[in-house]
Amino acid sequence: MKPRSPVSLLLIYACVFVFVIYAPSLLMVIFSFNDNIYTTFPLKGFTLNWYWQMVNQGQLLESLGHSLKVGVVVAILSTVIALVAAMALTRYRFSGKGPITVTSLIPLVVPYITLGLGLLILVRQVLDWKLSLFSIGAGHVLIATPFSMLVLMSRLEGFDKNLEEASRDLGENGWHTFWRVTLPLAWPGIVASLMLAFITSFDEYLISAFLSGNDTTLPVYIYSQLRFPQRLPATLALGSAILIFSFAFVLTAQMFLRRGVQGGKASAL
Amino acid sequence: MLAALLVTPFAGLAVLSFWTQHNFDFDSAATFNNYAKIFALGWKEDVELFAFRIDWPFTNAIYTLLLAKSVLMSLCVTATVILFAYPMAYFLAFRVQRHKIIWLILISIPFWTSYLLRIFSWKVILGYNGVVNSALMYLGLIDEPLSFILYNSTSVVITLTHAWVTFAVLPIYVSLEKMDKSLLEAATDLGDTAIERFFRVTLPLSAPGTVAAALLVFIPTVGEYVTPNVVGGTSGIMVGNLIQSLFGKSNDWPLGAALSNVMMFTVALLVAFFLWAIGYRRMRQRMA
Repeated sequence: MKPRSPVSLLLIYACVFVFVIYAPSLLMVIFSFNDNIYTTFPLKGFTLNWYWQMVNQGQLLESLGHSLKVGVVVAILSTVIALVAAMALTRYRFSGKGPITVTSLIPLVVPYITLGLGLLILVRQVLDWKLSLFSIGAGHVLIATPFSMLVLMSRLEGFDKNLEEASRDLGENGWHTFWRVTLPLAWPGIVASLMLAFITSFDEYLISAFLSGNDTTLPVYIYSQLRFPQRLPATLALGSAILIFSFAFVLTAQMFLRRGVQGGKASAL
Repeated sequence: MLAALLVTPFAGLAVLSFWTQHNFDFDSAATFNNYAKIFALGWKEDVELFAFRIDWPFTNAIYTLLLAKSVLMSLCVTATVILFAYPMAYFLAFRVQRHKIIWLILISIPFWTSYLLRIFSWKVILGYNGVVNSALMYLGLIDEPLSFILYNSTSVVITLTHAWVTFAVLPIYVSLEKMDKSLLEAATDLGDTAIERFFRVTLPLSAPGTVAAALLVFIPTVGEYVTPNVVGGTSGIMVGNLIQSLFGKSNDWPLGAALSNVMMFTVALLVAFFLWAIGYRRMRQRMA
């Protein structure tokens, strides 16, 4: 009998797993520095050309600006909506709680194409808005809110409800309790939710593509670039830059999330 | 409020699917024509579904055939994803003692980075001038580019599997983590070998998480649009691409809406059947 052998086998598997997960992104980063228009081996030489080309594209910077603008607004809106919803769902008992929870998490499991089309019809046929950054933002709030809710609900469930009751017993009114007890305790969750909502919006393609008018967001722009083979390296550079930025960003968000509740998102899922 | 926000898009889709397109306007008289078009009966002979050549019972085969193909591809992806994700989740739940947070973060980072970019990075890898082919040729292992990874259904399945596998790890991990470890000791004490113990205790107890993970992958991938478009070429397209083109180039919104509803309904039906078949309700009750 060899009781230790499965341990190391699984460890090897896990390492390979993580490596394979990250390999494509790594390759993309490597090729973004490669002095060759095709992404083929052998590597030719180190260059920053593609990055230079990237920063010199006006349209790119414009769509980056749009993405940032939409992302920040979406982050704030969906966090506020999610916070209110999460407080209602974790603090109070009311009828229809189960169905409401399920309904508000629907966007997590519905194909985005259906969601995007539904929103397109809603915006064009029912509300008769023009397609703009505003419609993209509205769509993003819809898909980011469930993520924010998961994060905030697990955070709100994680701390002792007695603290709020104690505050009320000591004579604070509802608002004061919220400002001085609930909000500070929920803070790590709120920060994590802001960041995750931002990144959800920043990375989203399909819904933006359906709902965008003349102004596009960055993913829509990147997608439009995929059709031109000669622009592939610049797109690689852009992709690598965004990936590295997202990694750093998400790592920070995760640290915030884990600092309070251990394994917050894992248990929420 | 939120619930209302969510319901209106679907109501819009449902209503639109009964209309008719006239150039740039809609005829809002209710009609079943769109659905009739999709499900028009009549044998279409010798159509291709994956590697099989079969007879298909619907005349306008493209809609239902593409739907069937998408479902099959999605099933393929789901099965592979679970197969790869399970050992990883098992490792996380039972074998990692120190630095568990680091492993968890490593697993969950891809979840939050750009889906489009992760798919896009596969375009760099697969394909005629891709990394895999050029590396193999450079090493002298092959003379011509491998054709089975060039823009087709296989490359879509590979890419999707890779993109979704980390999504599946967390739900499985959570259900393994929650498991009462003393049950494993009990099984060992009663004389089970490690393999018997896995199949009789661990696997059944982690089933809810595994089922959740499977659904989390299956449902969105059926309607996948980006991946087939980027790495699928013409033979790898899925029903999502057809729906999109009906709303775009082909400019028949009502038909697109109808097809999208048919897709949703099919997925819901399959999921319901699947849950019924494995007795999910009982499984959950037993867990509670």
